[in-house]
Amino acid sequence: MNVRLLDIAHARSGDKGDTANVGVIALEPEWYPVLDRYLTLDRVTRHFRGVITGPIERYELPNLHALNFLLHGALDGGGTLSLKTDAQGKVFSTAMLRMVLEVPDDEAKAAGLPGVKVWPAYTRSPKE
Amino acid sequence: MTAPSKTTVRVASGQGFWGDWLEAPRRQVEGGDVDYLMLDYLAEVTMSILQKQKERDPNMGYACDFVGAIESVLPAVAKRGVRVIANAGGVNPPACATAIRAVAQKHGVSRDIRIGVVTGDDLLPRLDELIATGHPLDNMETGEALSTVRDRVLSANAYIGSTPIVEALGKGANIVITGRSTDTALTMAPLRYEFGWAADDWDRLAAGIIAGHIIECGAQCSGGNCLYDWQNIPDLANVGYPIVEGSADGTFVIYKHPNTGGRISVPSVSEQLVYEMGDPHSYITPDVIADFTSIHLEPAGENRVRVFGIKGRPPTDSLKVSIAYRAGFKAVGTLVYSWPDALPKAELADRVLRERLDRLGLEFEHILTEFVGVSATHGPLAGETHDPPEVQLRIGVRGPDKSAVERFTRELAPLVLNGPPSVTGFAGGRPKVEEIVAYWPALIDKRVVQTNVEVLT
Repeated sequence: MNVRLLDIAHARSGDKGDTANVGVIALEPEWYPVLDRYLTLDRVTRHFRGVITGPIERYELPNLHALNFLLHGALDGGGTLSLKTDAQGKVFSTAMLRMVLEVPDDEAKAAGLPGVKVWPAYTRSPKE
Repeated sequence: MTAPSKTTVRVASGQGFWGDWLEAPRRQVEGGDVDYLMLDYLAEVTMSILQKQKERDPNMGYACDFVGAIESVLPAVAKRGVRVIANAGGVNPPACATAIRAVAQKHGVSRDIRIGVVTGDDLLPRLDELIATGHPLDNMETGEALSTVRDRVLSANAYIGSTPIVEALGKGANIVITGRSTDTALTMAPLRYEFGWAADDWDRLAAGIIAGHIIECGAQCSGGNCLYDWQNIPDLANVGYPIVEGSADGTFVIYKHPNTGGRISVPSVSEQLVYEMGDPHSYITPDVIADFTSIHLEPAGENRVRVFGIKGRPPTDSLKVSIAYRAGFKAVGTLVYSWPDALPKAELADRVLRERLDRLGLEFEHILTEFVGVSATHGPLAGETHDPPEVQLRIGVRGPDKSAVERFTRELAPLVLNGPPSVTGFAGGRPKVEEIVAYWPALIDKRVVQTNVEVLT
């Protein structure tokens, strides 16, 4: 089943130099294991390919049902050097939530995840 | 120092950055009983702006909004015993203290005000001495030596911790003014002081730091900028700023005053906890390293969240240093193109402009074009946009040559008459040329930074 991250998580992002951090928090505590299993470093790296110039780090916070990602080279130099509208990485959070995860049907059903049938215009398919 | 035995201590956040809501400090002391008002004014580049102001006028160099904030809370401070802790001193805490004394005098309460001034974080006068004595202050992100920008350095401040603030409170200050104190120390210090936490009580100190992290951005933990269920967050016009109700055992509750808007919930606090987070196992401060993976949150009534279980460990031997240096010039200009074909029109205008800049022989370190309404914030992740009603073309340039950046600002307006059609939105005039003051993070041996506390009576 295809699951939009927006439907199972909320997020907040910020900056440190040229690095944006995105904290992704499960909307329901019982959905955290799904996040943990499918929101992998590899999946997030593919999502942001062509958007950032550096590597990504991934940290787990099971206590907050959250994952934290550090996106290096995300802010056009960062701080006052950056010419970007989003020089402080404030909306990398919602860029992250555009992602669509492929979760096996039985697992998605067991966790009670909301799925997407019609492909929304504002998300990229995981294959792209 | 004495530690009064209170069972709980309430620290209210009244300012999340310089420029935050002017109403917030007064609302925090009038909306209900609090013990401390914590005001955070300093962002990474704020120090350099203040340094420039101090160069022009030696009596400036502090967050001048703080004077108005104090004026708005003066009755609570002078008569009700609310104490204020703020890093409003910037690069000139003594001048800030002088301004606050003048306000107290004007209102006839100077006898009730004791200002604690924390100094010692300013390393600018010592920079060459420090480099010469084996403190290279290399950029901790890039590894570059400070010598590459030394002649362009505007300010250099060590991030200092809670100890001098605790000392000022112990000496009876009811308004404590610091320079580049960490944001989190402003909240942790009063908890440490009131409960008499030892300097090596790592778990409790870490709890105080995390309490500080939660409230240091003001309403960002109480419903502001909250994505979770944002449509249903009530009455943001009347948003309540957060308050920490700390206990001696290091647990605390985040709440807000009754009859205020916004929402404090496990999701709203969680969003703030992950804000600007690095490695969650190691949130490094001068006082303690806090472990964000040890934090537990639980609902504790309406608009109340209890925080517990926090673990900490000893800090490193270094302090972080925030150095600001001149890094060239930049300007950003915009034009708006309308339907039909707003995007192709904006793209053509971008090509025309770039060709003209080329032909003029202007050189920049960097030119960035964004199409606001299409891809400015999410880039290619935004996917296809089908003929939107309008698109804002936003072009920025950056470089060491001020005249080149200035010439760029003259090349946008002509496009209104000599570029692609259906263009508007130029009422703001020519873009402003800004000098870039960039941030250089470094580390320094703790032992060479001596803080000093003075309480003015």
